[in-house]
Amino acid sequence: MMEALLHGTIDFLKLYWAPLLCGVAVVAVLPLIVGYIVLVERKLMADMQARLGPMRVGPHGLLQPIADAVKLLIKEDIIPDNADKLVFWLAPVLSVGAALLSLAGLAIGPAFQIAQDINIGILFVVGISALGIFGIVLGGWASNSHYSLMGALRSSAQLVSYETAAGMALVSALLFTGTLNIKSIVEAQSKEGIWFVMLAPVAFFTYLVASIAETNRAPFDLPEAESELVAGYMTEFSGFRWSLYFLAEYANMIVVASVATTLFLGGWLRPFASVPWLNVLDFLPALLTVAVAAYCIVRVPKQPTRVQQSFMMAVAGLCFVVGLALVAPVVLPVAKPFYAGIHGGFWFISKVSLYIYFFMWLRFTIPRYRFDQLMRLGWHFLIPLSIINVLLVGVALIAGSYFHLQGWGLLLVTTPAAVITLVAALLILAVDKERDARHDPNAASDFYAG
Amino acid sequence: MLPIGHYLFLSLALFIIGVIGVVTRRNVIVVLMSIELILNAVNINLVAFSRLYGDVAGQVFALFIIADAAAEAAVGLGIIIAFFRNRETVLADEMDLLKW
Amino acid sequence: MLDKILFYFFAAVAVASAVLMVTRRNVIHSAIFLITALLATAGIFLQLRAEFLFIVQIILYVGGIMVLFVFVIMLVNLDVALQQIQFARQKWVALLVALALAGQVGLMFWSSGKMPGQGLPVLTAAVASNLPPNSETVAHSLFDAYLLPFEIASVLLLVAMIGAVVMAKKRT
Repeated sequence: MMEALLHGTIDFLKLYWAPLLCGVAVVAVLPLIVGYIVLVERKLMADMQARLGPMRVGPHGLLQPIADAVKLLIKEDIIPDNADKLVFWLAPVLSVGAALLSLAGLAIGPAFQIAQDINIGILFVVGISALGIFGIVLGGWASNSHYSLMGALRSSAQLVSYETAAGMALVSALLFTGTLNIKSIVEAQSKEGIWFVMLAPVAFFTYLVASIAETNRAPFDLPEAESELVAGYMTEFSGFRWSLYFLAEYANMIVVASVATTLFLGGWLRPFASVPWLNVLDFLPALLTVAVAAYCIVRVPKQPTRVQQSFMMAVAGLCFVVGLALVAPVVLPVAKPFYAGIHGGFWFISKVSLYIYFFMWLRFTIPRYRFDQLMRLGWHFLIPLSIINVLLVGVALIAGSYFHLQGWGLLLVTTPAAVITLVAALLILAVDKERDARHDPNAASDFYAG
Repeated sequence: MLPIGHYLFLSLALFIIGVIGVVTRRNVIVVLMSIELILNAVNINLVAFSRLYGDVAGQVFALFIIADAAAEAAVGLGIIIAFFRNRETVLADEMDLLKW
Repeated sequence: MLDKILFYFFAAVAVASAVLMVTRRNVIHSAIFLITALLATAGIFLQLRAEFLFIVQIILYVGGIMVLFVFVIMLVNLDVALQQIQFARQKWVALLVALALAGQVGLMFWSSGKMPGQGLPVLTAAVASNLPPNSETVAHSLFDAYLLPFEIASVLLLVAMIGAVVMAKKRT
């Protein structure tokens, strides 16, 4: 019995060592990455507000995430008086578990995937990330506080409302692939030679808005805004528990960005991947990194102290080495097999970063939605829009296959579909505004708005 | 690699636990949750036999059962909310008047 | 080997969660244990190579129905309900009847494997490697042979949605 178990374990490890290693790498590196995404956000926020951001801890504030992590870990763990201890412990675990598990289904480049080749890839990612709702609801419940409960109910109502719109936007893009497998979706974009964002722009826009609401980011962050409900469902969680919720929120951001990148932005494909005479674009990643290295070297003499100068030179050296690693698979024939993995990873990460940059940009620019406005946007606008979009994209696809259109030719049928969807969207907005104007201003507002 | 009896006994166990929950508990919400457990036991049975005979009809049937369970849970919980609003109780023993 | 370990693990989690669900005093704890029982059932579906049903169970049952349950439990929560008797007066008779039912069905399963010349069929793993993709097979079947039940199910869901909204609305 024990012999069989041991043999079974060894066989399992021999088969699945690569995905296990990827999984361990992701789980180990993710808190660090999330910390640095937060630093980037603070620096961006500072830049858009004409100030500098964290500058003290480490050169240019680069050690700030480490300091934050240490602070969170050594904070006192306070549990409210009548809180339900089992649920209080379980809620952040559910949030983080759902976020990390859905990261397992993603493919960061053709070689790096934890759950290899699942047939239901995209559905797995979307479905498991929906389990994070329980972390929010149970967290608000377990805190035994009115503000937490209201924040939790509002947040989960928002998540549930925008999940439908996000799912249907994904369906519009999936109509072009006919499969849910992540690698096949990117291969379909490579085969057609066109990213699905061009073929289904309305779906991309819907998914963008819905994913901002799904991750509780501004302008949809009423449930966790400080001026509203004192951080909502996260109010009573302190120290490590709060950092788990935080990690879950940013991991969710990475997940929705990765899903949008895979389905709409071509995954790990280079721009114009199927056009051979644009292969010179293969040098673009290396050029970008070398440009960053050159900029760092130019700024070295302008640093005030020796430490910062040497740090800048170290960063420049690192960027240069990365640039070399990026140009090697293109130029050296011995490194050619690594081309797909390395360049695929670079393009995927840069597209995900672009998507997250857009999230951050919106956060610092647009004011917050009130909760009833938020629900109205989700139910009255986005869901009808995504349903109409699915219908019209389906019609466009059938027309396209009737006329034997492929690749860029499909734009001939999908652009009219997108235009009709936009006209329908404007009609929906007009009808909604008129119905809103007729609404009795003295009527009692509904449950969630109060 | 497993004889189908394993799945049948698992399904039976879940079914019986669900039945015990339905006939024993006073809280109507726990009764509804036990009904969901019963439906899941039936689903396991269906999918196991679908896999045994290679016929996907079992899985399609299980899919319809899941859709039906969603509909029934929604309506049942709506009834519970309406009743709670009037009588302030969720215990089955105290729901004993047709009209007052 | 992996199949057996997965089955026993998910089966143990499912049965333990089910027992805990039926016996908890706090309804939220019951809901959490039902969530784990449903996740274990989804694991059993995955172990049976029915991956589409696995993800549908997680999205619909755990991500939809259980969220609805948890919402309603929070709405109708009474602190006084925690102090009251949880089990009805007929609990011993009911338990006896349920165990009688279990005995009957269990005896039927057990004896059907012991009949001469007829064992309980074994699910073979050899078929698993060349199974067609599960989602496509279910989709072909759903939109081909079972199209009418599919449409009726969507009408059913519409009716249930309208009914639930009407039932739960405040009478102003």
